[in-house]
Amino acid sequence: MDSSLATRPAEIPPTQSPPRPDGGRPRSGVTWHLSDRIGLALCWALGLLFCAIAVAIVAYLLVQGIKYLRPSMLVTPASAGFSQSETGGFSDAFFGTLIVAVMGISIALPIGIGVAVWLVEYGRPTALARVTESTIEAIAGIPSIVLALFGTVIFSSTTLGFLSRTSEGIVFGRSFFAASAMLSLVALPLVVASTREGLSAIPQHVREASYAVGKTKIATTRRILLPASRPQVATGAMLGLGRIIGDTAIIVVLLGATQNFAPVGGAFPLNYLRGAGTTLTNFVYEASPTGNLDQPQKAYAAAFVLLLMVLALNAAVDIVHRRARKAGTWSS
Amino acid sequence: MEFVTPPPIRRLELNETQVARQIAPPTQPANGHGAPAPSGFTGARRSIGAPQFSIRRMEVDNLSVSYAKREAVKSVSLPIRQGEVLAMIGPSGCGKTTLLRSLNRLTELTRTATFSGRILLDDVDTSLIEPTLLRRRVTMVFQQPNPFPMSVFDNIAYVLREQGSRRQRKKTLEPQVHSALERAGLFEEVKDNLDHPALRLSGGQQQRLCIARALAAEPEVLLLDEPCSALDPQSTQVIEDLIVKLRDDVAVVIVTHNLQQAYRIADHVAFMYLGEMVEYSSATALFGSPREKRTQEYVSGAFG
Ligand SMILES: Nc1ncnc2c1ncn2[C@@H]1O[C@H](COP(=O)(O)OP(=O)(O)OP(=O)(O)O)[C@@H](O)[C@H]1O
Ligand SMILES: [Mg+2]
Repeated sequence: MDSSLATRPAEIPPTQSPPRPDGGRPRSGVTWHLSDRIGLALCWALGLLFCAIAVAIVAYLLVQGIKYLRPSMLVTPASAGFSQSETGGFSDAFFGTLIVAVMGISIALPIGIGVAVWLVEYGRPTALARVTESTIEAIAGIPSIVLALFGTVIFSSTTLGFLSRTSEGIVFGRSFFAASAMLSLVALPLVVASTREGLSAIPQHVREASYAVGKTKIATTRRILLPASRPQVATGAMLGLGRIIGDTAIIVVLLGATQNFAPVGGAFPLNYLRGAGTTLTNFVYEASPTGNLDQPQKAYAAAFVLLLMVLALNAAVDIVHRRARKAGTWSS
Repeated sequence: MEFVTPPPIRRLELNETQVARQIAPPTQPANGHGAPAPSGFTGARRSIGAPQFSIRRMEVDNLSVSYAKREAVKSVSLPIRQGEVLAMIGPSGCGKTTLLRSLNRLTELTRTATFSGRILLDDVDTSLIEPTLLRRRVTMVFQQPNPFPMSVFDNIAYVLREQGSRRQRKKTLEPQVHSALERAGLFEEVKDNLDHPALRLSGGQQQRLCIARALAAEPEVLLLDEPCSALDPQSTQVIEDLIVKLRDDVAVVIVTHNLQQAYRIADHVAFMYLGEMVEYSSATALFGSPREKRTQEYVSGAFG
């Protein structure tokens, strides 16, 4: 390690970089210890392995998806039949995914941002803030099936009966409302954590600069702090959405996992939202060889659609980050 | 929550009757008017010369500030006048920033901070003024350039609009935005790029944008906390010239660690030491013939 130091001339003019033995670009690794080199090799190997796994998944689903996915599947509801050509598509699952994603994140995002703002910018009363913090951490750790069971208790109560199918006084407690509400809890901790991270990264003097021109805390938060943490909020929303569309337990327990929409009486969107349904994730499970439907080709097609959704989300978040980077940030 | 529009800021017209005190011709002629610079100080004092007038805008009266039990500012009294630049100097941790931030009640944001004494703005106790209104009349520029993460235009427009509102079209705000940028000497450089992100400007331009932002509120007092310490000499020079130009329109208070800078631009200098204000006098007097031994030591120590 010291060999290069030893061979250096004693006096190096301060403005000149030290001469290199080969006079060219720095040769990395030349003086590394064996253990360092093994570590480096390991890192490379693991990195390549993860890349390979990711590429394999995407490539495999791409091939299978392109082979089996027909656009008509996205608009044809599933139906009973004997062969894969007779059973229709998975439009209800596709739209079901969109519905829970939109509803879940529209609950989780405002609440999550609000909680994060309160925790970072106000943090008062201190005791309540600390309790909230640990509560959210606890929610993050709860398996979604537990949340689902808990949801049945809440949404089968008669007071919330208007949110789902009710028959002869029995509240079914299964609806897009119920599922989305519990799914928002799954997304909430991710939104809170990301937003907090974004807010905490803003230097204190930036807030003060806003107060110092007579702005209130609320105005500062709305116009400066939240826009400045937009990339992190987007990341949180993406992670939350990923969890929502990937969840199966809550879908089975609180959405009924019926392969077709089961609208309940009422005006147009409400009748669907109060009824049961399913999502792509659940459809993939049901269509896989272990599921009830057993139509693996459609499972691949649906999984491919899911993958496309996730990739689109990633791309969207990437754009937000890139825009923010272009707008610059404070030197610290 | 609804916020009322801040009322237009009352500005005093600079006519004879309201000029509180005509500065007496300095007993020692200012440098640049023939007198030699005090020993150790190189470079000419700016050529703009002595202030033409001076109006007392703020009055710090026996102010003490403590963080928890620790006293950071100890019964400081001093006047802040429009028409001249007041520099605050002193070793690190002596309470300059704390004093400065007390003037627009930013110290209140620190939970442990407690106060005694009074600060008057145009003869009104600042503790009786609504903080958001006070902070529009006494604006501040920070050590780190901190434009908001939006366009150059919006940085100024944000100050002009009421609280979080986005109302008031760009067109109607344009003249005010332009004039604020002009006063900060930035307009020529950015006039074609008003839509560019402010955080992409150079450090010196960012700091001038922050000054423009502070001026956009039409303040009576402008506080600058080491505004040049993150900047190169050239940007520093530009900002120094700017500060001197501003002194006729607003009372300027600048905290600086650069004694040469204080000497170049300040008309009065306050030397603080361990929370106390040791000496307050004109720049030439404080640097040329300090009354106090501690001032003498600090001023000469910094220059060998
Ligand atoms: N938020 C705070 N909480 C507790 N103590 C503080 C706080 N801010 C400053 N102090 C203390 O108050 C004293 C004065 O600090 P202040 O920042 O006013 O000094 P300063 O003269 O501005 O120093 P510098 O030249 O390094 O900026 C210091 O001893 C500091 O430790
Ligand atoms: Mg300071």
